[in-house]
Amino acid sequence: MILATNIAFGLISIGTLAALVRLVRGPSLADRVVATDLFLTFLVIGSAVLAAREGRAAYLEVMLMVAVVGFLGTAMVARFIERRGA
Amino acid sequence: MNVLDVVSGVLIVSGAFLAMVGGIGVLRLPDVFGRMHAATKPPTLGLVLVGLGAILQLDQIADVTLLVLVMMLQFLTAPVGAHLVGRSAYQSGGQLDADTVIDELDDAD
Repeated sequence: MILATNIAFGLISIGTLAALVRLVRGPSLADRVVATDLFLTFLVIGSAVLAAREGRAAYLEVMLMVAVVGFLGTAMVARFIERRGA
Repeated sequence: MNVLDVVSGVLIVSGAFLAMVGGIGVLRLPDVFGRMHAATKPPTLGLVLVGLGAILQLDQIADVTLLVLVMMLQFLTAPVGAHLVGRSAYQSGGQLDADTVIDELDDAD
């Protein structure tokens, strides 16, 4: 189990770094919103892996809150782009 | 090292691999719509796989319920969020890559 979660943490780290590079570069605002959404999804996945590794449920509430906040943020910034453009 | 641990480990590693594929897609694809496609679908399936793997490691029914709730929430909100971002990105204009073959919204309306 420790081995599997270590491999999973490595893969998630690579994906998170890719999302961060896109967040910094990302020419338009929509690219950055997409990258932020993906970044929060990685946070949720990482918390799930941590919960499986420790066998504890303390991280599950964090997952729920991050998922909700991520969706609300994406929806609000999407409305903002729609009104403002670019 | 029992069977449950092996199954859960395989599920977690494959879910994390799918999530990594989504991250690389966001980095490599040429325009917002391709990146949105890569950022939405593979990580959602990855979260479900990782969640199933984590469920096998938890023994309280309340924790399992919470994990299922998170997975359902992600399943419902990821397409909606991606749709909102894609719609506003298309309306703000000029986001399509130069290699785009067909733009069906262009001659709609």
